[in-house]
Amino acid sequence: MGKIEWAMWANEQALASGLILLTGGIVGVAGQFRGWQFAAYAVAAGVFVCLLEYPRSKRAKGTSVERTGQYCFTVCVKAFGPLTRNYYVRAFLHAAICVPGGFMLATVLGCVCLGIASLIYLAAAIRGEHWEPILPRKEIRKPVGESIKNPPQNPPPRPPPEMRRKQAGDLEKSAYDNPMSVTDDE
Amino acid sequence: MANCIVNYGFSSFILFVWMAINIFLFVWFYFFYDLGPQFFYTRHILGSALAWARAPAAVLNFNCMLILLPVCRNLLSLLRGSFVRCSRTMRKQLDKNLTFHKLVAYMIALMTAVHTIAHLFNLERYNNSRQGVYDELSTALSDLADTENTTYLNPIRITNLDPQQIPTYFGFTSIAGLTGVVITLALILIITSSMEVIRRSYFEVFWYTHHLFIIFFAGLVFHGAGRIVRSQQRTNPPHNTTFCKDHPDDWGQIPECPIPQFAGGFPQTWMYVIGPMVIYICERLVRFVRYMQSVQYKKIVMRPSKVLELQLIKNGFKMEVGQYVFVNCPAISQLEWHPFTMTSAPEEDFFSIHIRSAGDWTDKLIDIMKKVPEGAEGPKLGVDGPFGTASEDVFDYEVSMLIGAGIGVTPFASILKSIWYKFKDSDPKLRTRKIYFYWLCRETHAFEWFADLLQVLEKEMEERGMGDFLTYKLYLTGWDQSHATHVMVHFDKDTDVVTGLKQKTHYGRPIWDKEFEQVRKENPTSIVGTFLCGPEALGKVLEKKCAKYSDVDPRKTRFYFNKENF
Repeated sequence: MGKIEWAMWANEQALASGLILLTGGIVGVAGQFRGWQFAAYAVAAGVFVCLLEYPRSKRAKGTSVERTGQYCFTVCVKAFGPLTRNYYVRAFLHAAICVPGGFMLATVLGCVCLGIASLIYLAAAIRGEHWEPILPRKEIRKPVGESIKNPPQNPPPRPPPEMRRKQAGDLEKSAYDNPMSVTDDE
Repeated sequence: MANCIVNYGFSSFILFVWMAINIFLFVWFYFFYDLGPQFFYTRHILGSALAWARAPAAVLNFNCMLILLPVCRNLLSLLRGSFVRCSRTMRKQLDKNLTFHKLVAYMIALMTAVHTIAHLFNLERYNNSRQGVYDELSTALSDLADTENTTYLNPIRITNLDPQQIPTYFGFTSIAGLTGVVITLALILIITSSMEVIRRSYFEVFWYTHHLFIIFFAGLVFHGAGRIVRSQQRTNPPHNTTFCKDHPDDWGQIPECPIPQFAGGFPQTWMYVIGPMVIYICERLVRFVRYMQSVQYKKIVMRPSKVLELQLIKNGFKMEVGQYVFVNCPAISQLEWHPFTMTSAPEEDFFSIHIRSAGDWTDKLIDIMKKVPEGAEGPKLGVDGPFGTASEDVFDYEVSMLIGAGIGVTPFASILKSIWYKFKDSDPKLRTRKIYFYWLCRETHAFEWFADLLQVLEKEMEERGMGDFLTYKLYLTGWDQSHATHVMVHFDKDTDVVTGLKQKTHYGRPIWDKEFEQVRKENPTSIVGTFLCGPEALGKVLEKKCAKYSDVDPRKTRFYFNKENF
């Protein structure tokens, strides 16, 4: 839980509005209602809004949960750069898109819902939020120290061969004496 | 298969009954409106869209009646208490209240969609009929107006507006239309703010927007007041539709066809929802009364990692293990109630909660408590509860597997303390003779207080020589290279480097197959209760393992799975 990011709710609301606009449009066209042209517009607008709103933004704080299969949509939406990043643009865009829906009863609900989503986006924009794509994280390998490139040229110093050969009879003498302590009790 | 029945039988039955009632209502009312002779003329204009609108309306009535009931937690607690003598299964059903509430909500959303779409068709057809676009009969029917010897059928009366705008005009000026738009809008806002993402991250938005349900129910009750679904009434002499439908010009002039009279259906929704609304109002009153009861502070302790422990005393407060309370702090917010599991045992003379910094409300509470001087009383608090969860059943099982993930470990603090008190006093109510406790967390940060509790228990058990009563395993799932190095270096130490406990911390996730095998091997003839407080995904895994390792033979080991839910 963290401070509220209005954009997350605006996104849910806008996606729902897109679907409602789409449904109202389909009903208007299929039933050949009066003003079916507005319904046809609503179908296109609904699809557009759904595509725009499907990819969730990355949250400023906390874990972001992706919607299933949103990666391709993320890439498309990201391609528009500042137009889709900025929430003021989205707020005005949604406000503009929703207006023609008000001319026909079948699409009026979608219009109002999208209007509300636009208002919530405006609130988000005023608070300085913006859209960030959720991209798969690249694996960062810890950089290995420079010394790995320069292996030592010479073997470590060893005592002369006669001392190295283990004297089988004399256990004391054949035990190896470490020049420096190798136990962990410092 | 048998394990499925054992674990899921009763819920499936309830769902089956609910779905059956829904289907029955839909089909019954569909045919009532599609075949009923009193709707013959109505159907002539509207077609089957009439039935398609009325059938979901009936289902909506039923579900709007049900939706308030699962969230009356005090009522459910009362019911739960009265089922103490009954089997485990009955009581578990009452814990699935939230799941049922959501299911009913989905049904309401679906039926609203069907109802609205059908009514869009209805309005379009009524409008066209009024404009005279359809056949002679439709035009004649639509011309019938509300005068001293005629009654209208078609609720759209105006013709002098742009025909494309008439449905919208009607939608916003009629009672049914206006209430319909308002409550559908309220429903949409409630649903979008209740999506899992919003609910889990911004509880306040979810909670406040959810109160739009008040508007929803208010609008719903008045939605039918306009009585615009019209049926034909008996006239004297009777109007024979079969003959008269072909002679609309002669109505009122020939004896076989007096002018047909229509009246709207009596609004019924209020009959369905008034009961639950009253129950819900009582529920809120009970919560208010509990809020007014005074809560005294025994101790305020700031724990490491921004965890606040509050030890409180309330008159007449009686708790059981693993129960939770709702806490309200008017100094922060008048309306917000947040749930916290109690971490004290019922044997103690106070109740305690551990509050972790996890959002606006908790942060503010911790800030306020920090500023309270030593020994003084903290801000006024309201406490509602306690409310029961599945953890109460933990003493009934001979062997219990308790699994707490992350913050889900909290109810087990209460359980372990209580078990220890009961064991010390040799309480006969305690049937448990062996407990396996698994604590999974990414890091022990924020749970040092729990590690302290385990240390204390560990010491006391050792002193009494009861070391194997409780077997606990800690799994640190968020380890990294530095952890591993640290552990390697301190390998020889007697106690664990991370928690200071005798049991060594395991790294990574538990291999559940091995754990269940071990439990089964050590307890070949027992019923093992498995309790989880943690994420859904883990719950599913454990449910499967419980089913897998349970034996249908009642003499052998059987695992029952219980999940706590917030």
